[in-house]
Amino acid sequence: MTDSHADVLRESSWTGGAHPYSIGSKKLGMWLFIVSDTLTFAALLLTYSYCRLTNPNWPKPFPIFNAIVFSTIMTIVLLGSSLTMVMGVAAAHRGNRAATVKWMLATMLGGAIFVVLHATEWMHLIEEGLRPFANPWGGSPLFGATFFGITGLHMTHVAIGVIYLGIVATGFGRGKFSAEDVEVSGLYWHFVDLVWMFVFPMIYLMSVKY
Amino acid sequence: MSSHSSDSHGHAGTTKLFAWVWIWLVFITGVEVFLAYKHLPPVTMLLLLIGMSVVKAGLIMSYFMHLRFEKLSLVWTLIPATLFCIGMMTLIFPDGIRLRDSHTAPQGVVQPK
Repeated sequence: MTDSHADVLRESSWTGGAHPYSIGSKKLGMWLFIVSDTLTFAALLLTYSYCRLTNPNWPKPFPIFNAIVFSTIMTIVLLGSSLTMVMGVAAAHRGNRAATVKWMLATMLGGAIFVVLHATEWMHLIEEGLRPFANPWGGSPLFGATFFGITGLHMTHVAIGVIYLGIVATGFGRGKFSAEDVEVSGLYWHFVDLVWMFVFPMIYLMSVKY
Repeated sequence: MSSHSSDSHGHAGTTKLFAWVWIWLVFITGVEVFLAYKHLPPVTMLLLLIGMSVVKAGLIMSYFMHLRFEKLSLVWTLIPATLFCIGMMTLIFPDGIRLRDSHTAPQGVVQPK
């Protein structure tokens, strides 16, 4: 993006021009995707809440040690990867390609650690006997269905995000992609982090086994 | 809002600002986890957690996703309609309460063995 292009973006206003929001079409496209994905996750979390409300014997399978401590570490890893992504976007806007790629690799590492930790958490629950259509503790089988559905979809988003960041980092390192591309991939990454900020309290912290 | 002197693309926010936002996000997460130790009534717990999560979402969108530095017209286009749609989804809950109250089974949560 050249300086003159940036000036056009900054100065344009709602006159039916090409950039009514003073942002590029890629960024607007990502924001619209984020809105639609927000509604997907909102629908899933509200479905979870509805199932829980209507089933008095909803299981609470997460003891503080280790499930809650474990998922708290996952949360902090994901938050940390958001911070490294912010640094990557800032470096991209400064035109520092090497630093951008390094920060993005750090972000991908955070995402990969999150997926590995989450998969470990899943394996523990599967070993205990949790299935999408049954749970070993009695009560509603909907716990497994909603738990695997919501956290699985989120994990898929993280995994896709790691691949997406890898593609953008490679392209930016080679000079094929612009700083705007890095910023747009950052928007996606922060959104995945934002969704977890609702999944973590609603699924884990609301289901502590005392 | 101050910005990097070397920044020529209208990209606002300093490293220090982003670090502070991150520290706040971790702090609020810590408070949420601390609440998990307390035996609060489910509705109180849910309201507290959702309230704090909304604050965290606001911080992430405002600073990490730069919404605070974008034109206000973009914010008005994206956010109110989304919140309205999520609000509409909650219309199913009165029926959930009716179903819960119609259960004859004893109330309470089954604890895992």
